[in-house]
Amino acid sequence: MLMVFRCPLGVATVLEIWSLPFMQRALLAGLAMALLAGYYGPFVVQRGLSFLGSGLAHAAFGGVALGLLLGVEPLWVAFPFTAGVALGITWVQGRTHIRGDTAVGIFFAFSMALGILFLSLKREYTAEAFTYLFGSILAVSPADLWASSVLLALTALTLPLWGRWAYATFDRELAAADRVPVILDDYLLAVLVALVVVVAIKLVGLLLVAAFLVIPAAAARQWSRTFSGMVVGAVIVGGLSVVAGLMASYSYNLPSGAAVVLLQALIFTVSALFMRRI
Amino acid sequence: MNAAESTARIAVEVKELTVRFGDHLALENVSLSVPHGAFVAIVGPNGAGKSTLLKVLLGLVTPTAGEVRVFGSPPNRVDPQKVGYVPQFKTLDRTFPALAEELVVSGLRRSWPVRIAKEEYEAARRVLERVGAGHLLGRTVSRFSGGELQRVYLARAFVRRPDLVMLDEPATGIDMLGEADMYRLLEDYQKETGATLLMITHDWEAAYHHATHVVVLNRRLVGFGPPERALSERCLREAFGHVGHAHGISLSFGGGDRA
Repeated sequence: MLMVFRCPLGVATVLEIWSLPFMQRALLAGLAMALLAGYYGPFVVQRGLSFLGSGLAHAAFGGVALGLLLGVEPLWVAFPFTAGVALGITWVQGRTHIRGDTAVGIFFAFSMALGILFLSLKREYTAEAFTYLFGSILAVSPADLWASSVLLALTALTLPLWGRWAYATFDRELAAADRVPVILDDYLLAVLVALVVVVAIKLVGLLLVAAFLVIPAAAARQWSRTFSGMVVGAVIVGGLSVVAGLMASYSYNLPSGAAVVLLQALIFTVSALFMRRI
Repeated sequence: MNAAESTARIAVEVKELTVRFGDHLALENVSLSVPHGAFVAIVGPNGAGKSTLLKVLLGLVTPTAGEVRVFGSPPNRVDPQKVGYVPQFKTLDRTFPALAEELVVSGLRRSWPVRIAKEEYEAARRVLERVGAGHLLGRTVSRFSGGELQRVYLARAFVRRPDLVMLDEPATGIDMLGEADMYRLLEDYQKETGATLLMITHDWEAAYHHATHVVVLNRRLVGFGPPERALSERCLREAFGHVGHAHGISLSFGGGDRA
């Protein structure tokens, strides 16, 4: 039996929703995002870097704005721009006596200010910038899917590093004593998280993209007894919220990013309320 | 004994070690030799450079000057399998989801396990039972007491059968019974393997009763040698400014062994 969803325009079946090309693209992009954010999110959460996702998303705005100013595909500028900011944040954290959140805050404000400056330099009205602020399932292009695929492939290549990343996340000093290159890994993880953030922007918007990294992982932590279990849980929460959120978005004409993130928040709330703390 | 045999019997050799962090002088011109199989207690007031010395030996801190050898090699060239490290359990991130056996297997693999192989699980079980923590298998570390965590950390260090075990204030925060158990486990491990133990402690009495050698530090090396000599009144006064609890120990206050 097919599930039936009421929408303002009539009745749409699940099959109808997913037969639409833009919904298929959104679903693929969303699931790729769930996989990527679910994979990296537990590292972000357990390292106390939840603010990093938000900071990088705002930093990406600087890159997007520069792309719009130069008249080139904004995401292609946002990738190196955000990766550069991630490297800068990690460098400042390691070299100075300021806390990580302060380093993120500095780069966040600097990149946003640059973004605003770039947009002001562009003479015509830049409505497209709002697509990046709030995200849109209609905005996901085949090129975005390719970007997601490349990032998934890149992540697959780093799978052998999962154990040492997790080890350093558990105890940085123990890992360093065992010759894990913790500083190199900090840079690598920061750049990969930056790339995930940029890929997610089209779907959920830069204002909400950090939620993808943080909420599924935080929800999964409520019932996970192991770190690997937390990763699997975060992927599942992310995937479920993408599928249900996109269907709600289509059926009720809701902003896709907001629908997905609100579902993630609901799952976290239920997890926090009803799961026995482990 | 020829020179080669003599070198082979030295586990840790520190020559004129100085460590600076910017303007802060953490260690100054420290020299000492730790023979294989010694149980060394490192004592000194807060800020004396005890942890810095341990971190230099672990290869985590680069000396500003001087030479350090662990089993004849620079610390960052030593096979990590030969060294076990027991950090202060208070540094444990209790929000990290982990099972006792995962923590132990991380000591075996030097990496965090995605899945634990059967033989790894058996190795973890054996060593956890050995330290009296077999009942902790399958339990998450976030709820462990200080004593339980200390046992799991010891199991984690022992599982790779290291020739050198370094411990950072292992007795802090555990009760007297747990402390006595911990020293028994350390001494049993040492008897069985002939390993060298290096332990930072604030407990002079424990250093006196359990260690074969004591290092008294206060940025400089104040005393080094057997406990009854290194924990001399003069060394303790020089390092701490008083002899404090040492009055309760039957120390033979001799001249001390100045380095």
